[in-house]
Amino acid sequence: MIQKPTWKSSLKAYMYLAPMLIVMLTFNIYPIFKSLAMSFYTDYNFFQDIVNEYGIGNFVDIFQDPNFHIALKNTFIFVLGVVPVSIALSLLIALMLNNIKVLSSFFRTIYFLPFVTSTVAISLVWNWIYHTRFGLMNYFLGWFGIDPVNWLTDPKYALLGLIIMSIWKGLGFNIILFLVGLNNIDESYYSAAKIDGANPWKRFLNITIPLLSPTTFLVTVTGFINNFKVFDEVYAMFQGRPGPGNSALTVVYYLYEKFYTEYNYGEAAAAGVVLFVIILLVTVLQLAYNRKFVHY
Amino acid sequence: MSEKVQKTVLYALLILGAITMLIPFVWMLSTSIKSAGETMQMPPIWIPEDPKFENYIEAWNAAPFGRYFLNSVLVTVLSTAGELITTILAAFAFAKMEFYGKNILFTILIATMMVPGELLIIPNFVTLSRFSLINTYAALIVPWLASIFSVFALRQTFQGVPNELYYAAKVDGSSDFRFLWSIMVPLGKSSIVAIAILKIIGSWNSFMWPLIVTNDTKLRTLPVGLQAFTTEAGTRFELLMAASTIVIIPMVIIYIFLQKQIIAGISKSGLKG
Repeated sequence: MIQKPTWKSSLKAYMYLAPMLIVMLTFNIYPIFKSLAMSFYTDYNFFQDIVNEYGIGNFVDIFQDPNFHIALKNTFIFVLGVVPVSIALSLLIALMLNNIKVLSSFFRTIYFLPFVTSTVAISLVWNWIYHTRFGLMNYFLGWFGIDPVNWLTDPKYALLGLIIMSIWKGLGFNIILFLVGLNNIDESYYSAAKIDGANPWKRFLNITIPLLSPTTFLVTVTGFINNFKVFDEVYAMFQGRPGPGNSALTVVYYLYEKFYTEYNYGEAAAAGVVLFVIILLVTVLQLAYNRKFVHY
Repeated sequence: MSEKVQKTVLYALLILGAITMLIPFVWMLSTSIKSAGETMQMPPIWIPEDPKFENYIEAWNAAPFGRYFLNSVLVTVLSTAGELITTILAAFAFAKMEFYGKNILFTILIATMMVPGELLIIPNFVTLSRFSLINTYAALIVPWLASIFSVFALRQTFQGVPNELYYAAKVDGSSDFRFLWSIMVPLGKSSIVAIAILKIIGSWNSFMWPLIVTNDTKLRTLPVGLQAFTTEAGTRFELLMAASTIVIIPMVIIYIFLQKQIIAGISKSGLKG
């Protein structure tokens, strides 16, 4: 029994939707258009909300700003440092967890633990781990005869420190998704392959990898999107600075500085729009790739 | 390689990985009960000779952490409760009701999930200051009272409830509102719990928004307060680690007791992508 909507039923439904819609319209949908518009405000009186002049000046300015170039470069390095390693490690761990029965959920609990912790608090812990003289990281590196590294003060290592921590923190989330994906693969494929004499490596390459591709796709897209927006980690690990000599300046950090310390709302919005376009492009590219290579 | 050797290697690797995951926590806890002198020792001490649990009291009193804690609880509870109400009502409408514009509205809402939240911060800040709401609890809570992601997840669950149940209740003269709260909500309990926990974790840990909309010390939430505390604590790492533990522990406890629901929630969000 499918009913057709009537004015009466619609009115009723919209009453149920109203609380959600009011919040969404005010704080999600309107600001999308508003921030797009704001990125073209070149002369803006914030206190009276009067726009004196529109133009593409904000985009010109940020693209001529060396700091924005640094922010873009750092963000890309960060994302490319975190996402592939995180995917490879989490897939490996998920495969191992999928192959054991005893303690499997115990391990899963531990691997997922960092995910529920406050980014600020855990970044402070890592800030202490990275302490040049008394930190744990340099102590462990010392076991392998590696000289102490100035993780927090040497511009060369700031991003690397951030990448290591982010991989550690996000691993559990990817493992959970991979475990779900692995669970969805029908056992009978493996049994059939075994009968045909395929070795474990062949079974992995020809069954697991292709049948897991929707999950891998999902993990990649969410990984890219979430890591492009890195901010809390930077702020907390470098104590409210974007790393030594802007070495950990990211796009969102740039946006934050423009907005919060420089009150330059137009350029901040422009940086946000650029971030949005990058995320959109990456998603579209991956969707196209997905269509070609993801097997169901 | 025999089966047994294989299993041993597997477990050895998993244990090694688990230790790597746990070390930062152990390091945090261990530092939090050290004396100032012990934090500056190499090679590091894992178990201090004379554990100084009073570091927690000192850290707690060194900054208004009691206030921060209450603020975090208040913001988390209210925004979670609010989001659940808006979500349950909206998900019910999308799952069981017929209305004009249903599909287009749903598509538009889903499309907004593509937009990074950081882009919305600027206009939202402007909107709130227009209503003079900067530096209020409202600023911390109101923008987070709805989530299309949650509506989407719960709609899936509600759609799984047979329509016959709905029509039968209607024939019996039960109102939609009563049906929703007495039948749908209990049936969708596990999804609702999962949504609530993920919201609680997200809200407790959120940083950028509270940092931007509050500069009044009295309104700071724990992450913002903790961050501010770093300048006061300086190199007193034992106090910093004690304070970090205070911020982290509540969510770890929730996680340990409700991990099944948390993981189910994450898995579901993965499945539908």
